[in-house]
Amino acid sequence: MQDLERIVADALAQFAQAADSAELERIKAGYLGREGVLTIQLKGLGKLPAEDRREVGARINAAKVAIETALNDRREGIERAQLEARLAEESIDVTLPGRGRERGGIHPVIRTWQRIEGIFRSIGFDVADGPEIETDWYNFTALNNPLNHPARSMQDTFYIEDKDANGLHLLLRTHTSPMQVRYARTHTPPIKVIAPGRTYRVDSDATHSPMFHQVEGLWIDEHISFADLKGVYTDFLRRFFETDALEVRFRPSYFPFTEPSAEIDMAFQTGPSQGRWLEISGSGQVHPQVIRNFGLDPERYVGFAFGSGLERLTMLRYGIDDLRLFFEGDLRFLRQFA
Amino acid sequence: MQFSEQWLRALIDPPLDTVALNHLLTMSGLEVESCEGVAPAFDQVVVGLVASVAPHPNADRLRVCQVDVGAGAPLNIVCGAPNVVAGMKAPVALVGAKLPGEAGGKSLAIAPVVMRGVESKGMLCSARELGLSQDHSGLLSLASDAKVGSSIRETLALDDSIILIKLTPNRADCLSMLGIAREVAALTGTAMTPPPVTAVPASLKEALPVKLSAPTGCGRFTGRIIRGVNPRAPTPEWMRRRLERAGQRCISALVDVTNYVMLELGRPLHVYDLDKLQGGIDVRFGRLGETLKLLNEQTVTLDESVLAICDDRGPIGLAGIMGGDSTKADDTTTNVFLESAFFFPDAIAGRARRFNFASDASHRFERGVDFDNNIDGIERATRLILDLCGGEPGPTMDTRGVLPERAPVRMRLARAHKIIGVAVPEADVRQTFRRLGFATTIEGAGDKTVYVVTPPSYRFDITIEEDLIEEVARVYGFERIPANPPMARATMTYPLESSRSLYDLREVIAAAGYQEVVNFSFVDATWETDFGAESSPIRLLNPIANQYSVMRSTLLGGLVANVQYNLNRQADRIRVFEVGRIYRRRTDIADGPLAVKGIDQPIHIAGIAYGQSVEEQWGATKRFVDFFDVKSDIALLWQGATPKFQAGRHPAMQPGRCASVEIKGAIVGWLGELHPRLAQKYDLPRSPVVFEFATAPSLGRPIPVFEAVSKLPAVVRDQAFWVPDTTLAGAMLEAILGSGIALVKAANVFDLYRGDSAPKGRKSLAFRIVMQDTERTLTDAEVEEILARIRTNLTTKFNASLRT
Repeated sequence: MQDLERIVADALAQFAQAADSAELERIKAGYLGREGVLTIQLKGLGKLPAEDRREVGARINAAKVAIETALNDRREGIERAQLEARLAEESIDVTLPGRGRERGGIHPVIRTWQRIEGIFRSIGFDVADGPEIETDWYNFTALNNPLNHPARSMQDTFYIEDKDANGLHLLLRTHTSPMQVRYARTHTPPIKVIAPGRTYRVDSDATHSPMFHQVEGLWIDEHISFADLKGVYTDFLRRFFETDALEVRFRPSYFPFTEPSAEIDMAFQTGPSQGRWLEISGSGQVHPQVIRNFGLDPERYVGFAFGSGLERLTMLRYGIDDLRLFFEGDLRFLRQFA
Repeated sequence: MQFSEQWLRALIDPPLDTVALNHLLTMSGLEVESCEGVAPAFDQVVVGLVASVAPHPNADRLRVCQVDVGAGAPLNIVCGAPNVVAGMKAPVALVGAKLPGEAGGKSLAIAPVVMRGVESKGMLCSARELGLSQDHSGLLSLASDAKVGSSIRETLALDDSIILIKLTPNRADCLSMLGIAREVAALTGTAMTPPPVTAVPASLKEALPVKLSAPTGCGRFTGRIIRGVNPRAPTPEWMRRRLERAGQRCISALVDVTNYVMLELGRPLHVYDLDKLQGGIDVRFGRLGETLKLLNEQTVTLDESVLAICDDRGPIGLAGIMGGDSTKADDTTTNVFLESAFFFPDAIAGRARRFNFASDASHRFERGVDFDNNIDGIERATRLILDLCGGEPGPTMDTRGVLPERAPVRMRLARAHKIIGVAVPEADVRQTFRRLGFATTIEGAGDKTVYVVTPPSYRFDITIEEDLIEEVARVYGFERIPANPPMARATMTYPLESSRSLYDLREVIAAAGYQEVVNFSFVDATWETDFGAESSPIRLLNPIANQYSVMRSTLLGGLVANVQYNLNRQADRIRVFEVGRIYRRRTDIADGPLAVKGIDQPIHIAGIAYGQSVEEQWGATKRFVDFFDVKSDIALLWQGATPKFQAGRHPAMQPGRCASVEIKGAIVGWLGELHPRLAQKYDLPRSPVVFEFATAPSLGRPIPVFEAVSKLPAVVRDQAFWVPDTTLAGAMLEAILGSGIALVKAANVFDLYRGDSAPKGRKSLAFRIVMQDTERTLTDAEVEEILARIRTNLTTKFNASLRT
């Protein structure tokens, strides 16, 4: 049966030559199809003597298996090559930018606002916000700053044409301190709250904006002292600037609504403004008259309050040198904080 | 309060250098705002006498001077100053001297030079050459009594600093050298040398009658006549120097003396021309309609709230604020009347501000002036006037009414410890009060120690216990109080799960590509008309500028301006947003914990989108942003509530491309294209898409409630309809979902077709409808029945026909 070995060898050679699956199948038909060489051989088995049939049949079958195996290998080979060709064709430039939108961003002062809320919430402070058009009582009188008080000239006030029930013009709050009173009158001690928001003063130059942001802080309980104020505020500044390399000093000052009152200055130990004292906040122990205006007994309840400028903190945090940038809406500036 | 350090050191000289002294003042509450030397560093400059002046042989503009500098032979100095004359005294920089030179430049070393052939050994100096002022018009002419050869630094007291203190309104007692010296004495324990005050005996009998008709205004009026003064007498150099270094302009010896005593003792005085007074003095409140011309030439109209000094003719001065023009002392005045009065702070406060000016006197009186040094002030002034201007004094006449009370104030040591947070020792407290000059008695002992303090007449800020606690803390030193982390109950606080914060909303919009801005709350009145159709906005009484004259009732104007601003700065695709309050009158708003009657101040979120739908790039077709881009940008503003968009009209938006947005049946805001009229007016080449919503409806979210997941498959069917062009997709969706068929779970518009094959005036809308029963699988018949009902419904309501 020299013939069979040659047939198998021919088939394998032809399979290897096949360029695609159609040609392969056509070649396959020449061996295994109805008129295929092997099929004819198998059909011829019946004519053989019975004693030879078994052996010849086995040899033909072996040849058939060999051809089928080679066929399958070749089929897979062709499929693989086809897939590879398709993949190569479909490959993309993964360095092209993605489709769709870019991100916007949060205003730097609001970012500071948000961080301050987070820092004070971490020790249990609540956050409050309230009206910006205020009454004279909440903005001044309740804070122990009656009409004609010299301290009123410390803050130049914007008034609006509308009046309150006492016939006094409503005003744009000059500080966030009215929120001390509004919050304390509706909550019971211990009172721990910060109140960030917009504030207004008649002042406009390179270092003053007629509208700016403050954050008010208030902690009233039976034992909250000036030493606690120093502790909380110093801790706050270290968390806000994320460094212990800063000095904080409390300097006696005057505000009608606190006593003792302190101006808080800070100085960095490194960086461009190293060693320079920067005014950062007004603060103090809440004045007993103000505690009374909260509806509380000053004999029993004491505590501190502070008010800090958010623009100032933001400028120091990011090294911004011009206050006006915050309110110009220039995207080239704002996008730096996206 | 500005003053010369040397003046202070003449009263009290603690062993502290300038820096340490400033730190001491700052840390006790007298904040040193600035401290500058009166002259830059230089040396070897002495007083020279120009003995002779001769022309320079080779130069017309130069002179050759012989200058006596007190030692050795006169110096030959070439000088170009126009004012050089023989006999004058001027500063001479000797050979070897180093002058400050031009501001910021190098110092100038003086060496022997030959100027056009003539040797010059030194330099005669102008004020500018010594860095004393900008005056370079000629040599600095020195007083004739200046000692030749003595150091110019000593002669002009140049080793001095000008200290500027930012005083808080409670510390009126420190508006004088005496007050600051008292403070330094209390802080350091150093003894002070008070200014010399001695009674000057009267040599005339004459006195002016004084009547105090306003006991709540004027508590004391001390006066004195001095006759025969020389109104043209010069003010001596030492006084000029102190006044000028305190920021006072020198006027005439008479006026300068009153200013000097005010600065020295904190005692405002006024000097009248006696001959211009008619009759006696009456201190009374003004009468409506009275007018008065003041020293500053301003004429003011009085009323019953203003305290006036009057003579027989009427008001001649605003008490405690400023004297009148009609009785002022000038360079012809020879007979004067001195006033040293006490006016109550309440009677003065705010008055000057009302007339739009401030004076040194009003600044002091409205904060509180010592009511026990009227006589000291007048005696000190009399002495100085007699010394400088001569004259014959009459008796000091002291008219007293009611003076402020100094009620004793009690301070409990334990209370001080509680407020300060430090156990300041009892002995320290006692020493503090003693050094401050507070008359104190002590009751009890230990924890029960109580100090009973009578504050001095110059302190107007000690009326309650806390005032004393503040003094204790201040003198003890804020720096010595520890910074304690407070002890507190560790209760947890955390925002409600059902709440969203304004930050969450900001994040949603920022993530959609918008950059946050902060715009002013006050805007141009025309913005209110243009963007909010608000014809009577809330006006400011005192805006800083016309374009900030009203409170905004919409955020849109600022956003349009932001686009304009950035378009002018090379941006072409702009997305900005703002979160802030708007302000509008609402009669239904009552005073409340967070509300002011009549004014609604809700927080809004608003945004604007201008330019391409996405940043121009390879993967997207170029297209201008439209309504639907922004509609999806804002979709996440609400959680757990589906916003309902309805065609509507907004003054700033293009009709037909504008929707109101309803949440739970209430309009929360608007989305639309800016009205083309406004785009044109505000210089925008195309109309941006804008939105503005109240934030309150966005600040909640539902807490999820579990529902069993259906194990049965949903049935999905598509149905397309021809409908009239004007039919709203939203209305049809609502009809499908709200058709009362519980089995319809969801529906969605998946195609909109308006093409050639559409019947005239019609468009096709295609809906994908999801149906599901949680109990069993729906049969084909049931599905077909539901769809049939939907079709009937739509046909009836919208004249829809099935597109096949």
